[in-house]
Amino acid sequence: MKSFLIKPTKEKLTTFVSLGGFLIFLGFIDVLANTFLELNITSFFPEKLSFFMPLILGVLGLHFIRIEFSGNKTLDKINTNFNSNNFNAILTLLVIFTLIKYVPPLLNWFIFDANFAGNTKEDCTGGGACWVFIKVWLNRFVYGMYPDTEQWRINTSFLILFLLVGASFFVPTKYKKYLLMFLLFVYPIIGLKLISGGEFGLKYVETGAWGGLSLTFIVSAFALILCFPVGMFLALGRRSNLPAIRYSSIGFIELWRGVPLITVLFMSAVMFPMFLPDGTYVDKLIRVLIAITLFEAAYMAEVIRGGLQALPKGQYEAAKSLGMGYWKMHFLIILPQALKLVIPGIANTFLALVKDTPLIFVVGLLELAGMVNLAKTNPKWLGMAMEGYVFAGLVFWVICYAMSRYSQNLERKLSTER
Amino acid sequence: MSKIIELKNVNKWFDKFQALKDVSLEVNQQEKIVICGPSGSGKSTLIRCINRLEEHQDGQIVVDGTEISENTKDIEKIRAEVGMVFQQFNLFPHLSILDNCTLAPIWVKKMPKKQAEEIAIQNLERVQIADQAQKFPGQLSGGQQQRSAIARALCMEPKIMLFDEPTSALDPEMIKEVLDSMVDLAKGGMTMIVVTHEMGFAKEVADNMIFMDEGRIVEKAKTKDFFDNPKSERTKLFLSQIL
Repeated sequence: MKSFLIKPTKEKLTTFVSLGGFLIFLGFIDVLANTFLELNITSFFPEKLSFFMPLILGVLGLHFIRIEFSGNKTLDKINTNFNSNNFNAILTLLVIFTLIKYVPPLLNWFIFDANFAGNTKEDCTGGGACWVFIKVWLNRFVYGMYPDTEQWRINTSFLILFLLVGASFFVPTKYKKYLLMFLLFVYPIIGLKLISGGEFGLKYVETGAWGGLSLTFIVSAFALILCFPVGMFLALGRRSNLPAIRYSSIGFIELWRGVPLITVLFMSAVMFPMFLPDGTYVDKLIRVLIAITLFEAAYMAEVIRGGLQALPKGQYEAAKSLGMGYWKMHFLIILPQALKLVIPGIANTFLALVKDTPLIFVVGLLELAGMVNLAKTNPKWLGMAMEGYVFAGLVFWVICYAMSRYSQNLERKLSTER
Repeated sequence: MSKIIELKNVNKWFDKFQALKDVSLEVNQQEKIVICGPSGSGKSTLIRCINRLEEHQDGQIVVDGTEISENTKDIEKIRAEVGMVFQQFNLFPHLSILDNCTLAPIWVKKMPKKQAEEIAIQNLERVQIADQAQKFPGQLSGGQQQRSAIARALCMEPKIMLFDEPTSALDPEMIKEVLDSMVDLAKGGMTMIVVTHEMGFAKEVADNMIFMDEGRIVEKAKTKDFFDNPKSERTKLFLSQIL
């Protein structure tokens, strides 16, 4: 470049910046005109040259404004961060041009051309997304086939959960552990009874009718709560000195890690009942929960084992030298530190678990993604797959992002580093 | 004075390497013993056998009337009576200094929390860091951490204290504050076995000196005799190099 292009100098700062700015401006005009007015203002050039014209103009412009230590803070910032050399200048322009080209159509589809009003597919006349589909089916997406008149039971149980969790931020530390105990051991039973019914004058709703987002939450929550302790004991078992415990832990972990979840779910539906004596019946939701729990516990075990191995031997020795036995040493000293170390790994496993829940469709349980799948095949709503999957994806993303943020928060809060 | 620790013909192997060879030793109540010797001579292994952080394969170790064996209950009982201070401090980084000190008394000795905290504060005052009680180990200097570790061991109200090179990982400036705490402890009448190369400390507090080499006790003598008139050639050589 140096050989045939003038090198911008600080002395003629204004000249170079105006020249560069003008060239960049031209490039942007070209792209904008092309995107919004469908006008090719550089069509007098040959086709290839015309296509790359904005990039060429932009790179030239950026070259002219690349003046080191210009004294102008904004200009220096732009140059160091986006325009440090020609290659970075091209990358910067490509990113900006791509955004200009593709974000507006996306926004159009999502919002400006989208249809919100109405109740049938025929109300969707605009070119964009048909959010009417989501609106009409929202009830099914959240509650599945759960009878409309009984849906207050799901609402109530989730409301209680939110209240309990909310309360945990305000109760004094002294009572926190009781609240936690209640949340972990008593609440799940109350919640399940409330939703399944069959007692206290509540109508029985079979699990096949459960579904939608509420089922996503139920399956995720139970699997999360259960797989954690199982994984913890498997991790300890794998490091045990007793060969029987060690080898059975290794066997269990490697078995479950070696099979795909979908296979496990199929087996829970087809094979598991064969091992039961005739006449006994285990609900398919419970079978699925057990399958997912054991599957994820194997992964959890390996994550936790990683944390256990990261702890220095001195921590074990110090605990032993104070007279602590195996369980006290692990629950007071080793696990609190090991678990803190592997919070990112645990969060990873939990996120994977939540995103694995749609697979329960193989046994006929339809959570959010499953319900979307079902709704899009409804004859009155054919062709709505895009809207449905985008909606499901967004909901999953929100859930997972919230979990991810919570884990980062927890990491910071528990940090006792300097 | 009565015996509190007795080792008879103790042998210990790490795979094929023999770390302790026929070690016999008696320690009386309130006796202070300093063990020195070149690295790899078995000093640390010896005191780690006393609270079973290492297993011995042959011989007999009796601590306060209880023989160390496979019996887990006995081992835990002995460990609760024998305090240990490590070279690398080994404080629990997820707990404050106060919690480091109260954890074992509360969970192992089933002491009420309030009483445990009182004892912890007393011991922290004794090593002069009561003002740091609410801080976490990572926030303290090496010397402060080691003094906290001494206080933590003292909170179990042990009959015996073992020190495994307590000043070897410290900056020279911090060694003194730790040694001062140990001297203070010795004057209080604690039974102590100390592995260290701090000969000034040894001369000040030790009743008996032990010199080890290649897994054997080469020389055991009264402190004054040990320094003024060592019998074995190996001891003389060692002393000439470090004094």
